[in-house]
Amino acid sequence: MSNRMMRLATLSALSVLLAAGATSAYAASTEADYKAAYAAAEAANNEAGKLRNQWTTAVSALKNAKKAAEAGDFDKAVAESKQSEMLSKAAIFQTNEQKDAWKEMEIK
Amino acid sequence: MRLTFRSAATGFVLAALTFGAAQVSYAAESPNPQADLKAFQKYFTDKFPKVKLEDFVNGPYSMDEGLYKQWKEKEEFPPYEFALDAGKELFNKPFKNGKSFADCFPNKGIGIRQNYPYFDEKQGKVVTLELAVNQCLESNGEKPFSYTKDDMASVTAYMAFTSRGKPFDIKIPNDPRAIEAYENGKRYFYTRRGQLNFSCATCHVQSPGDHIRAEVLAPALGILNAMPIYRSEWGGMGTTSRRFTSCNSQVRAVPLKPQDDEYRDLEYYLSYVSNGLPISGPGARP
Repeated sequence: MSNRMMRLATLSALSVLLAAGATSAYAASTEADYKAAYAAAEAANNEAGKLRNQWTTAVSALKNAKKAAEAGDFDKAVAESKQSEMLSKAAIFQTNEQKDAWKEMEIK
Repeated sequence: MRLTFRSAATGFVLAALTFGAAQVSYAAESPNPQADLKAFQKYFTDKFPKVKLEDFVNGPYSMDEGLYKQWKEKEEFPPYEFALDAGKELFNKPFKNGKSFADCFPNKGIGIRQNYPYFDEKQGKVVTLELAVNQCLESNGEKPFSYTKDDMASVTAYMAFTSRGKPFDIKIPNDPRAIEAYENGKRYFYTRRGQLNFSCATCHVQSPGDHIRAEVLAPALGILNAMPIYRSEWGGMGTTSRRFTSCNSQVRAVPLKPQDDEYRDLEYYLSYVSNGLPISGPGARP
C-alpha cells in the first residue's frame, strides 16, 4: 500500500471514528434528559412568575416540551425545555435590570 | 428622557438585555405627584402643539386628521351604543334583595366616573370603578361580572356616559399607602417587560401618533378617559382591565389577573396624570 493510500485509509478510519463519536455525542435524548431539562425550565419559569414577569413564549415552550415528551419525542422535548429555560432566565434578568432602569424612561 | 424606540423594537435578544444593564446610579427622589402631572401634560402638549389639551382623550383620532374625520362620522352611529343601552338596563335593574347599583355609589352612581379610581383608606388599596361595581354586586349577594368585557363593559360604559365632559379629579390622600400605590403604578408604567422588552411608555409616551402596522398609537395622556371602549380589533367592548391585559400579551408578557394590585395602581397613576381632562367614555377605537 502506497503512502498516499495509507493516508487515505487513516483519514477514512478517522472520519468513521469521528462520525461515531459525533453520533454518540448527539445520541437521542432520553426521558431522564427531558425530565432534568424540564425541571430546570419549570424552576426558571416559576421564578419569573414570582417576579411577576413571565414571558408568554417561555410558557409556550414549556407546554410544547411536555407535549413532545408525551408523544415520545424526547429530542424535541429537551430542546423546547432548554428554550423555555433560556427565555425565563432572560425574563428574570430583565426584571432585575429594570428595578432601577425604568427611571430612565420617566417623564420629568 | 432617554427613549430609544430602536432598543425596544429589537424584540428579544438576551445580549441586548445584557448591554442594557449599564451601571447607572439613581438618586432617591421623594414622590411628587403634582410635579409629575405637570411634567406629563407638558410633555404631550409640547410634542403635539396643535392638539388641544382636552382632545388628547380622543386617542389616535387626535393624532391623525384622516382618522379624526372617520371618527366623527363613526360617532353618528357609535358602535358602543348597544352596550350603552344594555348598561343602562343592567344599572337600573334591581338586585334580588331589591337594592341596585345606585345604592352603592355616591350620587346614585350618576356622573361620578371622573372620581375613579380612588384610594380607599379603609380597604388600604386603590378602588377602580370596575372593582367598585363587583364589590357592589357581591355585597348584595349577586355574582360578580367578568372584569374584561360584556356586562362590566356595559355598566361602566353607562356610568362613563353619564359623566361625559367632567374632568378627571383623582385625589391622592395624605396617606403613605396611597403615595406608594401611585408610585407602584408609575413604576409599572415605565418598566419594560415581556420578550419584546416594551414598557407601556414605549408605545404611549415615546411613539404616540406613530404606526404599529396599521394602528396609530394613542398618547398616554387621556388614554383612560375614554374607557371602556368598543374596539374594532376586538369586535366588541372592552374595559380598562381588558386593555391592560391585552397590552401585556402583545409584548409577550403573561398578563396578570384583572384588578391585581399592579393594574389598579397603574390605573391610579395614569388617571391622576390626566386630571383636568374630560371623561369621554365610552369610546370607539380602531
